[in-house]
Amino acid sequence: MALARPIGILLAKELRTEFRTRELLATTLVFVLIVLVLFSFTFDPTSVESRRFGPGLLWLALLFAGSLMLHPSFTREQSNDTLVALRMAPIEPVAIIAAKILANFCFLLLAEILLLPVFAALYNLHILPVLGRLVAVLVLGTLAICIVGTVFAAISSQARMRELLLPLLLLPLLTPALIASAEATAGLFEEQPALAPVWIGVLAAFDTIFLTVTWLFGDYLLEE
Amino acid sequence: MATIAHAKNMQPSRSSAGEALATVGVALLLFASVYAAILVAPEERTMGLIQRIFYFHVPFGWSAFIAFFINFVASIAYLRSRAPKWDWLAVSSAEVGVPFVTVMLVTGPIWAHPVWGIWWTWDARLTSTFVLWVLYVCYLLLRTLIDEPERRAVVSAVFAIFAAFDIPLVYFSIWFFRTQHPQPVIGAGGSLDPRMLDVLLLAWSATLALLALLLVQRYRLEAMRWELDHLRLNLDRPGPEPQRFAAVGNKGGSA
Amino acid sequence: MQPGSPTPTPAKSAHAGDSSARHAPRGLGLEFVDFAKRYGPRFALRGVSLSMSPGECVALVGANGSGKTTLLKAAGLLIRPSAGRVSFSHVNANGAAADSGSGDNGAGSCAIKRSIGFVSHSILLYDELTAEENLVLFARLYGLDAPEDRARAALEPAGLAARAGDLVRNFSRGMRQRLAIARALLAGPGLLLLDEPSTGLDRAGQQWLGATLADLAAGGCTVLMSTHGAGETNSFVTRAIRLAAGSVVEDSAVSGDARAMLAAALAAHEEA
Repeated sequence: MALARPIGILLAKELRTEFRTRELLATTLVFVLIVLVLFSFTFDPTSVESRRFGPGLLWLALLFAGSLMLHPSFTREQSNDTLVALRMAPIEPVAIIAAKILANFCFLLLAEILLLPVFAALYNLHILPVLGRLVAVLVLGTLAICIVGTVFAAISSQARMRELLLPLLLLPLLTPALIASAEATAGLFEEQPALAPVWIGVLAAFDTIFLTVTWLFGDYLLEE
Repeated sequence: MATIAHAKNMQPSRSSAGEALATVGVALLLFASVYAAILVAPEERTMGLIQRIFYFHVPFGWSAFIAFFINFVASIAYLRSRAPKWDWLAVSSAEVGVPFVTVMLVTGPIWAHPVWGIWWTWDARLTSTFVLWVLYVCYLLLRTLIDEPERRAVVSAVFAIFAAFDIPLVYFSIWFFRTQHPQPVIGAGGSLDPRMLDVLLLAWSATLALLALLLVQRYRLEAMRWELDHLRLNLDRPGPEPQRFAAVGNKGGSA
Repeated sequence: MQPGSPTPTPAKSAHAGDSSARHAPRGLGLEFVDFAKRYGPRFALRGVSLSMSPGECVALVGANGSGKTTLLKAAGLLIRPSAGRVSFSHVNANGAAADSGSGDNGAGSCAIKRSIGFVSHSILLYDELTAEENLVLFARLYGLDAPEDRARAALEPAGLAARAGDLVRNFSRGMRQRLAIARALLAGPGLLLLDEPSTGLDRAGQQWLGATLADLAAGGCTVLMSTHGAGETNSFVTRAIRLAAGSVVEDSAVSGDARAMLAAALAAHEEA
């Protein structure tokens, strides 16, 4: 019942597949950039407002990006029925989902780290002094998006209107994670940067709860 | 088709008498609550007549929560046991819960407007309730987008479990957010006059009774649909002479 | 156990007998007990009860939509039954039959899955990976030692060694099918499930498949194969089962002549 091995094997496969084409990474990067730029047209980007709105907009953009780019996780497996091949293998079905969660997490986090300098420039934020804490918030928030997003990608791949369904299901459910991430990030760019323990707690609780729920009930999504 | 008609005639009539009684009972309770809310409850100091809508705004909300809790339990029970009745209960409780939340969301602004002059504030309870509403509307939407019954039951049950665990997180995070960025609050707390509490509890029992009634009706409907499906299936028995049934059920065991 | 396999030929045809045949365990026995599967208003399988002893080679015939694919998937533990169950048994070292379990619980079904190979309508391989990467992936998932070696060894007899480093996306139909078959044989299965495996194979490929299957059958592997009745692959078939509308309507173990059933199936298929 050792899950680490099959998760590792499948994670390597997911990473190899994506880095061969890099299409998902590229589209995610461009998408988030476009959203950030478009947002900046909706309010007057004086530095005070930027500092207040910037973090929230970043997380909103990431949420949108996630809900679009997590979709191929499972639809990619449909072309040659490869999901059947994985389900036939002597591994726990939840390992398949776990590997995809981790893979999506890696891509999204990578995209965020690449975007950080751009984000800092667009909204005149000083990220270097708070870099460590910022990365911590990014990690927890991205994990939230990827856990729920990957599971919901599995759900929506079995329904009609799947491209529309994933954002529809995902966005309301991620409300607590969005609020917590945005507030925690905003807190880091205040006059006195501080990492709000309550919001970190909410994110940690969110991640733990939904990882556990995925563990307990994820298998059922892959059945036939 | 003759078999189905026969089956319908076999429904005992005791249930329709019981149903009628129950419906009358619920109607009475509701009427009593409205009466109490309008005429019995004391006038609230600052808000006047419109405040009486509170006696429905809150109980519908509480009953909706109970409906969604039933949905949560039914979803887990379905995943563990795969007995269709749990899926019937899950869809029924969600379909009844959503209108109840809608009542709460609509009465909120109706109350707010005369009192504060605004239709909506992003106050914690209202916002959280809105997210709750969206989540369960999504649940129902998800169900309509999956055709195969067993997949639909399984997948929507998983979503329902996620939604249920999300609710406390939603309420907490929005509440805490609001303590940082305050907005006008609809129906701020404060102690409740005992007579108000009595009317509130009466109204709550009325909405609970309504919930139970609608739930049972919707559950029965789902059960009957299932029966119908089953009967139709069993009419098409395949085998060496499938033509025997060609005249009755032309939906064959598929070609 | 099989002695050393015959020398694989470099050309993309004929010879079977890769190293996996040498490692093939005695076959799995299979039993369906009143198995049913419905998808909404439609029963794909209904009241299927049949048993296969280890080492039997069974051909599954029937019209399209009669439930052959569903039966194969059920045998591969891919389907949750609406009723009934499927259970497995194997012949252990002493030659006595032992129950391997019904594939319901986690640990038991993992062990059974290790011994099952499946060739489906789809190729069950990743287009964006190379042939070798695909086989290494599955070798690892199935817990095989020296996965890279096993993968390369599996490519040879299928005639794909030269294309090991090419993306599967660029393979021809026949090559994809051959790779799919190689994948199914990778872990030396005790039960091999095939869904119309000759589709897409040219003459040489079919000969290779026939020889491979004959080898496996000789080594004791149980084979359940859906077929339309034509092809090289039928020489080793010992039993035929016909499905219609989700139920077993004819079984050569009962009615006698497997060859006749296959011929009838071929005739029906060519007519249709």
